[in-house]
Amino acid sequence: MSRTRTPSVAGWFIGDGDDFRLLGTRCSSCATVFFPREDVHCRNPYCTGGPLEEISLSRKGRIWSYTDSHYRPPSPYVSNPELPWEPYALIAVELAAERIVVLGQAAPGVTVADLTVGMEVEVVPGVLHEDAETTWTTWHWRPTGVRA
Amino acid sequence: MTKDVAVLGAGMHPWGKWGRSFVEYGTAAAREALADAGLDWRDIGSIVGADTVRGGYPGYVAGATFAKALGWQGARVASVYAACASGAQAIAAARAQILAGLADVALVVGADAAPKGFFRPAGGERPDDPDWLRFRLLGATNPTYFGLYARRRMAVHGDTPEDFALVKVKNAAMGALNPYARYRKRVTAEEVAASAVVADPLRLLDICATSDGGAALVLSSMDFAQRHGVARPVRIRAVSTVTPRFPNTVLDLPDIATDSAAAVAADSESFRASIARAAYEEAGIGPEDLSLAEVYDLSTAMELQWYEDLGLCGEGEGAKLVREGATAPGGRIPVNSSGGLASFGEAVPAQAIAQVCELTWQLRGAAGDRQIAGARVGISANQGLFGHGSSVVAVR
Repeated sequence: MSRTRTPSVAGWFIGDGDDFRLLGTRCSSCATVFFPREDVHCRNPYCTGGPLEEISLSRKGRIWSYTDSHYRPPSPYVSNPELPWEPYALIAVELAAERIVVLGQAAPGVTVADLTVGMEVEVVPGVLHEDAETTWTTWHWRPTGVRA
Repeated sequence: MTKDVAVLGAGMHPWGKWGRSFVEYGTAAAREALADAGLDWRDIGSIVGADTVRGGYPGYVAGATFAKALGWQGARVASVYAACASGAQAIAAARAQILAGLADVALVVGADAAPKGFFRPAGGERPDDPDWLRFRLLGATNPTYFGLYARRRMAVHGDTPEDFALVKVKNAAMGALNPYARYRKRVTAEEVAASAVVADPLRLLDICATSDGGAALVLSSMDFAQRHGVARPVRIRAVSTVTPRFPNTVLDLPDIATDSAAAVAADSESFRASIARAAYEEAGIGPEDLSLAEVYDLSTAMELQWYEDLGLCGEGEGAKLVREGATAPGGRIPVNSSGGLASFGEAVPAQAIAQVCELTWQLRGAAGDRQIAGARVGISANQGLFGHGSSVVAVR
């Protein structure tokens, strides 16, 4: 395969394997963290604002809640209508240091039966979809200690 | 506390999938509200439309669209969009004009012709829109968020799918008595449990459908109501349209992440609870004063959440309330006597107005077979995407 690996959204994550990280920003004045990244102005109403610096978010967090998707989502989600729909899990993860909850798809093969609220998960690189030229990459959440 | 405005008329177009234009639904609802008020359209000094973004260009200028359909007569006009809170903002705009003396009597209209299946964002490649992003990157439909909230309640409060089903059973029983409701069949807990899973742990009968529908209100100053010969109208005493407070730490549609509480500690009060509190404060009442409530039951589990956010019970006690029958007709505080979204489905710009129509009929004692005995004070609660609060307090 000679597809180019391209992030599905620019500037939200970086790296491969164990070095994969979600990227956010942090206000240099009040230390509020933003994901998705906020690059214009700090949104803390108590803060007069300062430069926003890019940071890597914690790799691991705990499940706040989870669900799945038994029906094919509409566009702009990309899926092949020729293929039968396979439900996938979505996990909302609480990152302790950043005090933030981040939603993401579960890694392939992880179902709601594998999950509980409070369980530790880690962020891993994933593929959202592929077309002729491009592998569109994303982030996935996967229970820690599980290998794909 | 602000002054009251009178509700002189309420009207609806039945909910369903009728395949017609939103203009037709809204105009029908408006004509019914005008007839109910005993007023001619030419008597109306101001019209406020709640926008429908799926109605194309006329949908974005709903006030003028309805005014044209009813026949241009020179009224003041406004159109508002606040997603699912659009109807409440339309009521708020009309009320503000009346209280400011800019209009004596105003018509508020909301109507929608909804798509089949999931709501989806507007088209094109728009990665600067959080609503577009959650579909593109996660395929996160509205029901997946409802599933997250339901699962969280199960983990934190011990709610069960059987508790959620009780909400559907209760609301379907009321919807069966409402001629405007789309679904007019009673439903059993077994039928809920046998319906397909949509977003674990929620099933098809736990989640509201998308619908067509329309709702309208005629509002006036108290002086106008007196002159019009209505001595004791239903009155709107509060309209809450608040935004969240930073940091909003409950994952809300359509966001992919919450605000961070790293720098500023989160308030113990959730956004939904703050919507109700603002309404209570403006009305000078508390939850103990309520006769009934109309809440936005996008899912069965979410109705339980609203019980807590409205202060009908303590945090985590929502399931107990429905199990005890406190929110059923004859209970301490009946909720969704209209049948709720469970029976209506969602017609976005109409729903918050429809809630106030139901409060109006109940407070007049004119709700027929679903009448809540002795109803005196009612509240509606609802929430619009992108941080729009919506709650109305009506009294008689």
